[in-house]
Amino acid sequence: MNFDLTEERQMLQDSLRRFLRDKYDTATRNKILESDTGFSGDIWNGLAELGVIGALFTEDQGGFGGAGFDIAVVFEELGRAGVVEPFLDTAILGGGLIADLGNEDQQAHVEELIGGALQVAFAHGEPTSRYDLNQVTSTAKVDGDNVVLNGRKAVVVNAENADMLIVSARESGEAGDENGISLFLVPADTKGITLQGYALLAGGRAAEVTLDDVTVPASARLGEAGKAFKAIEARVAAANVAICAETLGAMETATRLTREYLMTRKQFGKPIGTFQALAHRMSDLLIEMEQARSAVIVAAGNLEAEYKARETHISAAKNLLGRAGRLVAEDSIQMHGGIAMTQEYELAHIAKRIIMADHRFGDTDHHLERFIALAAA
Amino acid sequence: MDLSYSDEEKAFRAEVRAFLEEKLPKEMSDKIRKGEELGKDGQEQWHAILNAQGWLAPNWPKKFGGAEWNAVQRHIFEEEAAAAYAPRIVPFGLSMLAPVLQKFGSQEQNDYWLPRLLAGEDWWCQGYSEPGAGSDLASLKTEAVLNDEGTHYIVNGQKTWTTLGQHANMIFCLVRTDKTVKQQEGISFLLIDMETPGVEVRPIILLDGTHEVNEVWFSDVKVPVENLVGKENEGWTYAKYLLTHERTNIAGVGFSQAGLTAVKRIARAEMSGGKPLMQNPHFAARVAQVEIDLMAMSTTNLRIVSKAAAGAAPGVESSMLKVKGTIIRQEINDLARRAAGAYAMPFASEAIEGSNLALPDPLNAGPVAAQYFNNRKLSIFGGSNEIQRQIIAKTTMGGGA
Ligand SMILES: Cc1cc2nc3c(=O)[nH]c(=O)nc-3n(C[C@H](O)[C@H](O)[C@H](O)COP(=O)(O)OP(=O)(O)OC[C@H]3O[C@@H](n4cnc5c(N)ncnc54)[C@H](O)[C@@H]3O)c2cc1C
Ligand SMILES: Cc1cc2nc3c(=O)[nH]c(=O)nc-3n(C[C@H](O)[C@H](O)[C@H](O)COP(=O)(O)OP(=O)(O)OC[C@H]3O[C@@H](n4cnc5c(N)ncnc54)[C@H](O)[C@@H]3O)c2cc1C
Repeated sequence: MNFDLTEERQMLQDSLRRFLRDKYDTATRNKILESDTGFSGDIWNGLAELGVIGALFTEDQGGFGGAGFDIAVVFEELGRAGVVEPFLDTAILGGGLIADLGNEDQQAHVEELIGGALQVAFAHGEPTSRYDLNQVTSTAKVDGDNVVLNGRKAVVVNAENADMLIVSARESGEAGDENGISLFLVPADTKGITLQGYALLAGGRAAEVTLDDVTVPASARLGEAGKAFKAIEARVAAANVAICAETLGAMETATRLTREYLMTRKQFGKPIGTFQALAHRMSDLLIEMEQARSAVIVAAGNLEAEYKARETHISAAKNLLGRAGRLVAEDSIQMHGGIAMTQEYELAHIAKRIIMADHRFGDTDHHLERFIALAAA
Repeated sequence: MDLSYSDEEKAFRAEVRAFLEEKLPKEMSDKIRKGEELGKDGQEQWHAILNAQGWLAPNWPKKFGGAEWNAVQRHIFEEEAAAAYAPRIVPFGLSMLAPVLQKFGSQEQNDYWLPRLLAGEDWWCQGYSEPGAGSDLASLKTEAVLNDEGTHYIVNGQKTWTTLGQHANMIFCLVRTDKTVKQQEGISFLLIDMETPGVEVRPIILLDGTHEVNEVWFSDVKVPVENLVGKENEGWTYAKYLLTHERTNIAGVGFSQAGLTAVKRIARAEMSGGKPLMQNPHFAARVAQVEIDLMAMSTTNLRIVSKAAAGAAPGVESSMLKVKGTIIRQEINDLARRAAGAYAMPFASEAIEGSNLALPDPLNAGPVAAQYFNNRKLSIFGGSNEIQRQIIAKTTMGGGA
């Protein structure tokens, strides 16, 4: 076995880390957080030029990576710096679905996206779907050469910045069925789309998306009618590898900040790290960090594996990162005392990233249940 | 032992409930239920309503204008108030400073400050912590020097984490009056008018976007010598007395009960696998476990406060209540955020203010994640949970802990 990164990935990691260290300090990021758009175009373009988006696509798709380990390397660094820009939504989810299912015309968007010129969002979740990917109630009705979309999509991250939405809707069957779900590539300015946008607690923005007789040509469909579910599941698996890796990176920052603080903050005449009550907890955090790293490595390495192995490792990682992440975020705040509760201190943002990652594509509990179900299947 | 409430206690509960139904303004309870901030005006309005009823100071003796409720009555009130989504009483003046004044203050101080407290004429905040003096409170540096005439102290230094200091006109402070003796022996307890020249309040924004705490700076602030409580250099004793009062309030059984109700409300509306989340055995088990803990906690709380009411000063028990009470509350906050699923993600203050946005979800679950983050403070302030555990260990095993 070999746990080392390939030379290319090592280079990507180094350059990305350097870029973010120079260009994405706490003050810069906090300004981005407060901005109306919730992200920085300069950072986006800079990272696109660096090849960050390209690394998330395979060579066939116009990129130079696209494997689980490429995703893990990129997102661990994004997480380490607490980046709020919507790489997950544009590249892994939206862009990934276009690349996986799109015809030749549609594929052209991937190239634009890799260059940084195009932003997309994945409009899939609904107010009552929670984390179940098959609970789609939005409808798609064929009307001659057109398709008419109706429904409501919940907490669509990056919807306001997106040039196009990748919308899931049901052409047949009922909520809960895997069959019957299709995906459509819908320009964001199409008539009948209403966005109600808001900032997210951990940075970035999302919107409630209402689809009211949104009419698109049938050629806007991605892939075969009613057969999108497996592709959605595979992309969400990739997204979960990304989220887990990002959380791991954020956990590394949290533990680094905490370790440094324990060694410098003095109370009762000595560094607080000399109090065993804190020293042992710090040790536990470091143990959990190693566990988290292993879970991410295994999940990333199984992203290209067959269904059951892939999903089992994804759910295992999401559950473990959810638990270890909560421990690291909460204990890091606690061991800092009041200072960690302030908005402008780095840890506050990092802790929010860690905790809120649990709310995307299945939390600790959801993936525990999924793990059990997969094992029984 | 009798575990059921007596007839008088039941009658008292009915009285409290009727009062809340009649006098608690609906727009106020709506705000609390949704996790919105009440603001200074709302808080003062609620204090006035309670004062008109004679219930603003439940823990004060009758001779000072308090309700002089026993522990069980206070517990019943807390439960009913939380269940009705009544605002919490701002504790700094009424339940923290007042007991100190009543025990250690002069006649003049009691005659002057206590009626003003009831009438809502002063808003007090607590100036204990400093940047370098958190858990190690006794290392505080803010200095007070008596002028040559002996009429005024001149105060210089900085306090921090001052909760709601932006609303306050008065701050009670621990200040250093003797640098030559052991740390604890050179501290005094001073009442400072925040409108005095040289006092500056600077906001600190917390991680959930709220402005709840402040820095308070003092440069050459003149404080009349009459504002010294008790004796010079004996402030540490008063400070510790105050802290045990602060801690008993932190158990927060009523808040936990209200929080649990909210978790269930969200989980009944939120769907998972086509069924309400509350029917999901895994989630239901988590809720049940914390509910069991809370039921025992509620009784622990009653046992400890009734013992204290019988005369014993709450010591190590108040530390136990603080640790367990905060763990339970934080666990409930965690469950609430999980219950809300993806709808926990919106930034609360935007969702709360609702100015440009009808809440994105049908459940008013918007602020749950913000509350989860904000309530990380529960295990940090009022003496952190590590410090409380240290106190418990020291008390039960002696100095070696
Ligand atoms: C089943 C079994 C098999 C064993 N086999 C062998 C063997 O083959 N050969 C051999 O040489 N020994 C063996 N041991 C002994 C074993 O190494 C000791 O039990 C161990 O080192 C702990 O010592 P102790 O039992 O005296 O506990 P103590 O050292 O008295 O410790 C008691 C408790 O205090 C804690 N503690 C002690 N110091 C600190 C500190 N500074 N900070 C925080 N906590 C502290 C300990 O963690 C423990 O919880 C065996 C023990 C067991 C139980
Ligand atoms: C939201 C909020 C509101 C507050 N409101 C007020 C207020 O109104 N007035 C006021 O005066 N203060 C207030 N405080 C301050 C609060 O009391 C302090 O934050 C608290 O005492 C901890 O101090 P610190 O933040 O400096 O942490 P530190 O004392 O630096 O502690 C850092 C960590 O070290 C641990 N630690 C320290 N010493 C030991 C030890 N000996 N053994 C083991 N662990 C140890 C702590 O538990 C903590 O985990 C507030 C704080 C917050 C966060």
